[in-house]
Amino acid sequence: MNFSRSGRQWPVEGNTRVPYWVYSDGEIYAQEQERIFRGPSWSFLCLEAELAKPNSWRTSSLGEMPVVVARDDGGELRAFENRCAHRGALLCLKDRGEDRKIVCVYHNWTYDLQGNLTGIAFRRGLGGQGGLPEDCRPETQAPRKLRVATLAGLVFGTLSATAPPLETYLGDAIIQRIRRVMRAPIRVLGTYSQIVPSNWKLYLENVKDTYHASLLHTFFTTFRLARLTQKGALIINDSGGGHASLTMAADSGGREYEQAGMRTAQEGLKLEAPELLQSVDEFGDGCGVQIVAVFPSFVLQQIRNSLAVRRIVPQGAGRTELIWTAFGFADDSPQMTEMRLRQANLIGPAGYVSMEDGAAPGFVQRAALAAPELLSVVEMGGSGISSSESKVSEAAVRGMWHAWREQMGI
Amino acid sequence: MLPELQQAILDLNARYAQTIDDGRLEDWPAFFTETARYVVTTAENFERGLPLGIIYATSRAMLRDRVRSLREANVYEAQRYRHIVGLPLIELGAEGTARATTSFLVVRVMHTGETSMFACGCYRDHIVNDASDGALRFAERIVVLDSRQVDTLLALPL
Repeated sequence: MNFSRSGRQWPVEGNTRVPYWVYSDGEIYAQEQERIFRGPSWSFLCLEAELAKPNSWRTSSLGEMPVVVARDDGGELRAFENRCAHRGALLCLKDRGEDRKIVCVYHNWTYDLQGNLTGIAFRRGLGGQGGLPEDCRPETQAPRKLRVATLAGLVFGTLSATAPPLETYLGDAIIQRIRRVMRAPIRVLGTYSQIVPSNWKLYLENVKDTYHASLLHTFFTTFRLARLTQKGALIINDSGGGHASLTMAADSGGREYEQAGMRTAQEGLKLEAPELLQSVDEFGDGCGVQIVAVFPSFVLQQIRNSLAVRRIVPQGAGRTELIWTAFGFADDSPQMTEMRLRQANLIGPAGYVSMEDGAAPGFVQRAALAAPELLSVVEMGGSGISSSESKVSEAAVRGMWHAWREQMGI
Repeated sequence: MLPELQQAILDLNARYAQTIDDGRLEDWPAFFTETARYVVTTAENFERGLPLGIIYATSRAMLRDRVRSLREANVYEAQRYRHIVGLPLIELGAEGTARATTSFLVVRVMHTGETSMFACGCYRDHIVNDASDGALRFAERIVVLDSRQVDTLLALPL
């Protein structure tokens, strides 16, 4: 039996049971910020394509900690805390900018794009009076610098000196699934965000829950985009925190869902404009849906030709911002771009599929709030966290809890 | 500005908002031409020239599909909207067409009674006399949300 600093104790059943206090306990939430987001995990920061030019920056975060990601004048990617060494004000107030330096608006303290403090207004005072004493070293309170690593155009960061290299953190199998999608220079098609009214883990669990997709989402089942009967695979890395789920586009035409009376199989539902689902096998491997999620904050989605990254940003125990960035490739034809834009009707807050993922975690949050000591059952596919062909499984969810408990020490 | 056209666009906007707020979603696609574009996007995407929509429809058939999906397929909690629509800023185009920009504010009321300021922004419209019956319809309605954030989900149209 393991005890946390707050005295919370994990159920003896292990990763097949999740106590509901993990979604609402304020102390647990604060510990997660420290031990996971500011601890030895890699968080997704942004796309490299968003920082194409030297001397450009954008804001991001490690959990709740605000971060600046920059490409410096030498073309290197840098990331550092978005907090002035002086009084702790935000350094960058906008989403993005281009400049050789960053100036804090509060007292005009200046930084380069590596996060180094390079100038202090009136450091020596004026007319021989005022200013900082000779021995004052505000540099010691400078913004913390992140380790930055990129993979196939994705930028990740960590504050931890002890986190394993990004490649090790992800594992070869997950890297392969990421490289499959990020196969060429990308073109960002746009961005928006969705406020999910739940704890951040409920959203990440939803993404890792391969069992729910065809049981919650009528579009997946009725139009045979992703049924559990379609061939595929569930790949989970050694830490448990990274997974990829694959669903082949080919469908046997079987009537298992119809015969079982599943709500999501609606034979009467037809599209008057079926071009919404018109797609091409652009990766040439027959895989129609691939979802990759990496603990604690990253999702890469391929639903047919709809490609997007999602960044999970916790904003308190019961609220999560999900920032979507959809993309195509720089060499897409106008027709291909149009196809991606039409298929984007499946995703985001109004997505025929994803709107339901915005709501379902909130249903758990609201009901579980009154049952902190009771347990959720996560036992589909047994108790393991290893890869499998079957997606009638909650193995990736258990994997997430394995990684969470490891980092939290619970 | 032709007072009759201004009056007609005011009336079009008022009927559009009332149709959604009354929950008569089946009547909503009829406000658009057969080949209309209806896109919901954010001011950020719009200003940066990024084409992604939160909703991206390029025909009236796609709008009918959305209504059918909302009625028969999608899971979301019962809710209603209240649109407050501002005065349209109208520019006359060729052959009786008009471009109009109109502010809106939408309050969302959940079945629980929870009431929130859900969305605000502007409609950027291309309005035409539909050749089929002479009625004024949207050949294009770009719904530009001032915020990039949508709370939980966007089910009913804006």
